[in-house]
Amino acid sequence: MTAKVAYADVEVGTELPAQVFTVTRATLVEYAGASGDFNPIHWNEKFAKEVGLPDVIAHGMFTMAEAGRVVTDWAGDPGAVVEYGVRFTKPVPVPNDDEGATIEVSGKVAVKLDDNRVRVDLTATHAGQKVLGMSRAVVQLA
Amino acid sequence: MALDQSFVGRTYPPTDPYEVGREKIREFAASIGDANPAYTDPEAAKALGHPDVIAPPTFVFAISFKAAHRVIHDPELGLDYSRVVHGDQKFAYRRPVRAGDRLTVTTTIDAIKSLAGNDILDIRGDVHDEMGELVVTAWTKLVARAAEEG
Repeated sequence: MTAKVAYADVEVGTELPAQVFTVTRATLVEYAGASGDFNPIHWNEKFAKEVGLPDVIAHGMFTMAEAGRVVTDWAGDPGAVVEYGVRFTKPVPVPNDDEGATIEVSGKVAVKLDDNRVRVDLTATHAGQKVLGMSRAVVQLA
Repeated sequence: MALDQSFVGRTYPPTDPYEVGREKIREFAASIGDANPAYTDPEAAKALGHPDVIAPPTFVFAISFKAAHRVIHDPELGLDYSRVVHGDQKFAYRRPVRAGDRLTVTTTIDAIKSLAGNDILDIRGDVHDEMGELVVTAWTKLVARAAEEG
C-alpha cells in the first residue's frame, strides 16, 4: 500500500478535498446491476411510494461508496483504507429528471492514530441534511 | 414478535467461493463513477504494490450481503424482511479485495436486540481467501421496523 499522503503532513483538522456527487435514476439502475441489489425501492417509483417513501431512493451502499471516494481520492491508493463504517440516517430521494439528486461529501482528519494511521470523519449531506452518521474511515498513510 | 435470542452467536457454514473478476470490478467502479486506475489498470495497481487490480472498499458488500441472506431468510429465525432497513455498515480490511480472489464468507449473528418494538440484528461476515487468510470483515446492522398495530 502506498498512500500518497504522508502521516507527517497531516494534523487533526486537516480537510480532505470535498466533492459533490450526482445521482440520477440511470445511476441507480446501473448501480443495481453492478451491485446485484435489485430492491424495487431503488428503481420503481410506484413501489417506493406504496411503502411510504417520498420517491425512489438511492441505495445506502451507493451513498457509502460515493462518500468513500473522498477518502480514496485523497489517499491515492484505495488499498490504504483499513476500516470504513457508516450509519444510514436519511434516504436520498432521486427524482425522475435529468438533474437527479446531489450528495455533498466533506471529510477531515479527526484523530492521528499509531502506525501512521489516521481516522477521517466524513460528512455527507443531501438538501442540507445529513444522510450518513458516524461516517468514519481509518486510513494507512505513508 | 421479538427474535429468538438463542440465535446470537450462531455461525452459518462458509459459502461457496466467489471468484472476483477484473471486469466485475470495472463494472462496479463505473457504476459509482470512480475512475481510479487501481480498479481497472493492472499496471497502475502494481505500481501501488498490489498484485492485480483491487476493488473499491464497498465492493465486497455484494458478497457479504448475499451470504447474510442465509440469516435473513432462515425460516427458524423468522425475520420479516419486508420491514427491514439497513441501519449501519462497517468494514475492516486486512488487505483490499483484488481480482483473482476466491472468497468465502462465514456469517455469524453477533447480536439481536429489541428496541421499541424494532428488531435489531447485527450480522458479521468474515471473508477469507482461498488460502484461508482473513481479507475483510463486514458488519451489517439490519433494523426490522415494528409491525403496525391492527
